[in-house]
Amino acid sequence: MEVASARQYEPVIGLEIHVQLATDTKMFCGCELSFGLDPNTRTCPVCLGHPGVLPVPNRRAIEFGLMIGLALGCEIAPRSIFHRKNYFYPDNPKAFQISQYDVPLCSGGELAGVRVHRAHLEEDAAKLVHAGESGRIHGAEASVVDFNRAGTPLVEIVTEPDIHSAAEAAEWARLLRETLRALGVSDVNMDEGSLRVDGNVSIRPAGEATLGVKTELKNMNSFRFLERGLDAEIARQEGILREGGQVEQETLHFDNRTGALSSLRSKEEAHDYRYFPEPDLVPIAPTEAMIEMARAAIPELPLARAERFERDHDLPADSARLLAFRGEQGDFFEAALAVSPSDPRTLANYVVNDVPPGSAATPEAVAKLVDLIGAGTVSRGAAKEVLEVLAAEGGDPEQIVADRGLGAAGGDELGAIVDQAIAENAGAVEKIREGKDQAIGAIVGAVMRQTKGRADGGEVQKLIRERIGA
Amino acid sequence: MTSELLSLTAAQAAERTRAGDLDPRELWDLYRERAGADDLGAYLWLPDDAPEMDASGPLGGVPLAVKDLFCVEDVPSTSGSRILEGYRPPYTATSVRKLVDAGAPMLGKTNMDEFAMGSSNENSGYGPVKNPWDESRVPGGSSGGSAAAVAAGLAPWAIGTDTGGSIRQPAALCGIVGLKPTYGAVSRYGMIAFASSLDQCGPLTRDVTDAALLFGQMTGRDPCDSTSLDYPADPRLPSAERLDGLRFGVPKELLDTEGIEPGVRAVFDTTVKRIEELGATVEEIALPHSGHGLAAYYVLAPAEASANLARYDGVRFGIRAEAPDLLSMYEETRAQGFGDEVKRRIMLGTYALSSGYYDAYYGQAQKVRTKIADDFRAAFERVDLIVTPTSPTTAFPLGARTGDPLAMYLSDVLAVPMSLAGIPAISIPGGLADGLPVGVQLAGPAFSEFEICDAAYALERAIGFGDLPWK
Repeated sequence: MEVASARQYEPVIGLEIHVQLATDTKMFCGCELSFGLDPNTRTCPVCLGHPGVLPVPNRRAIEFGLMIGLALGCEIAPRSIFHRKNYFYPDNPKAFQISQYDVPLCSGGELAGVRVHRAHLEEDAAKLVHAGESGRIHGAEASVVDFNRAGTPLVEIVTEPDIHSAAEAAEWARLLRETLRALGVSDVNMDEGSLRVDGNVSIRPAGEATLGVKTELKNMNSFRFLERGLDAEIARQEGILREGGQVEQETLHFDNRTGALSSLRSKEEAHDYRYFPEPDLVPIAPTEAMIEMARAAIPELPLARAERFERDHDLPADSARLLAFRGEQGDFFEAALAVSPSDPRTLANYVVNDVPPGSAATPEAVAKLVDLIGAGTVSRGAAKEVLEVLAAEGGDPEQIVADRGLGAAGGDELGAIVDQAIAENAGAVEKIREGKDQAIGAIVGAVMRQTKGRADGGEVQKLIRERIGA
Repeated sequence: MTSELLSLTAAQAAERTRAGDLDPRELWDLYRERAGADDLGAYLWLPDDAPEMDASGPLGGVPLAVKDLFCVEDVPSTSGSRILEGYRPPYTATSVRKLVDAGAPMLGKTNMDEFAMGSSNENSGYGPVKNPWDESRVPGGSSGGSAAAVAAGLAPWAIGTDTGGSIRQPAALCGIVGLKPTYGAVSRYGMIAFASSLDQCGPLTRDVTDAALLFGQMTGRDPCDSTSLDYPADPRLPSAERLDGLRFGVPKELLDTEGIEPGVRAVFDTTVKRIEELGATVEEIALPHSGHGLAAYYVLAPAEASANLARYDGVRFGIRAEAPDLLSMYEETRAQGFGDEVKRRIMLGTYALSSGYYDAYYGQAQKVRTKIADDFRAAFERVDLIVTPTSPTTAFPLGARTGDPLAMYLSDVLAVPMSLAGIPAISIPGGLADGLPVGVQLAGPAFSEFEICDAAYALERAIGFGDLPWK
């Protein structure tokens, strides 16, 4: 009989992503969108929820919603409907949020193997700032409200529970962010809250089809915290099940300073939002022309870019995806490739591994370095050292090579070193002559040590064979 | 001179001011003084200073009483509720702005049932309004202050709002004209919302011409109201003298409603005869689902109201109760600020939308609403206009129904179906029963306001109801 403690568990994760749209104005009024401005300076009677005001939908936000839906391969509803989601909270001036409920703008898409359940339009809440130790409303000495954020257009994207590890969730979220960034519909900045990712997590014995009880995780404001938060919750649920307990349905707050999870509300405290169709708005009925315009506005997306890198530049799938899913690095790669198209694999390898985003290296410099390798001026080994300098200080690779004496060893200098290595490794020479070809490594190694990696491995082997006549 | 001025309808007065025969300031002073001496409780606020007077617009500088439900910048706007005591909006309702721009300066804000919830004006947070025909009786509601002010000559004309009869029923009980427009014909921006899918504003006037004149300046698509529409016809004043060729329908189900007073019935029957004498045909029609209108209305309107009124939480405007924590502050503020009827409807509406009950109540009521709209659509394929009494009874005594909400709700049983269908309807005085006015309602298809006014005008002339209590 199987014991609980020995059982393998499989995490099942779905994500809910709130994307602040980078429109000029708010979702239902003409107030300018802002971040970091003086509190309550971008408000009007509508976004303050004054008596008698009415919402008017932002056309640009609908267009952005359509672009997101189409980019995720969703169906666009011919008539999608806004609902009122009722709840009392000081960040919610009308005491209801205008959101979409049973007929969302977009449904049924897919991105990199994760199915998208739906994507719908809604409005953001105001920002609460709590005075006091806790930083949360519970235990706060006082709370103040900044309505600048109230009414910011949001698209909420909900995935199916198709993700099975925290790392996979973080990687998928990165891809989604790059996709949204490429669409130009959002600043996708997790620090500033323009991209917010919540996780729905359950676990089940590996191989079983039924889903376990899920919890919802909030407040993970970076991909690293998303991964850590999900891992912590998976571990917590495993702990409970291994001890024979039951996971309770609840919403959890992830504290990214301590890594701790605390309950925000349990199932019993769950809201009854009393959704009903927003009578102040008519259904969104996008015309064919609007949908075609949105489709035409979609640029190359990260997944397609990865395929293109793989296909056109013969990159391994891994590096192609790494570059394409981290848009900045993809751009760096393409900029460098435009200067030096000769060796995309080496270039991609350097961009992925050696010049992280924000380093001092320019695409031109890295391209030039690849050219120097191609011309035999710098060995691959020495190039690594040049890259370190480029990443830390920037500069011109040729200059760095000259200043640090990193030029490839060759000619008489290399010949002499090879001769000396042959003389010092008579045993290896003997073995080579007997046909044990791999023994050449010892002599190559000696040459590399002597040249501090400035010699080209192929060149060195050639010289050795010439000299010993093998 | 004063009584001569007072006897002018708004349209007559506007004609004189526009021709330069009358200084609009004279009109303002007359009505401002009368409004200031109001002992009916019709007004909640009056301005200290006269506005700039301009007679050049289509409304000729004739002052307008405005229901307190309309937001007017820097002017107290409470919707009859204590919870909004002291609230002065930072903006002005589109309809009020349009009327002021067209030359009707605001004379004052009129009393009303709190958040427009009521049929007697007794639910006002600021005291009841008395009916000028008999001060022991109610003026109807919720636009009771506007209706009483016009009937008592405390205003040349007024605007109110109608969610399920709130213009037509008080107009009927006060012996004046009240027009509820097609849903979407007039912007709702700046109307403090009661039930958003039903609320419409419209005129309360001495006669049909005034109603058409005022209505013609209110319509049009407003970029601030997504549900508003371009009005498909140009404004015009009614001129029909006969009703030749028109077909009128009398809906059997509504006329069979229990509780229609014999006096009301008698005036209605006389009116139907007059309609025939004017050359129209009258036939019985069926509105099979209209009998369920009131029940559906009392699910839908409270449901929407429960959300619309949730913003009155003490955080940003209006009164705030002092309490130790957020939840108690919400609860105390709302407990103190709202009256009993408002609380009753918030509870009804909250219940109707609750998980597990939504389909049985809200969902079902929406289906009934659709059926009622279909009934009207079918009826208007046979007839041009539908005629009913406006209210089953004449003005009832103050206090008579305050303890019986259902009896109160029945006041609107004949007005609610048109609201649910979103179609226009007018109430005009048909005559008196025991010395109290009886209203007759004419309803037509969407955007038929000017046709309705034409018919109502011909009928008005035939009825010859010239009475107003102060005359």
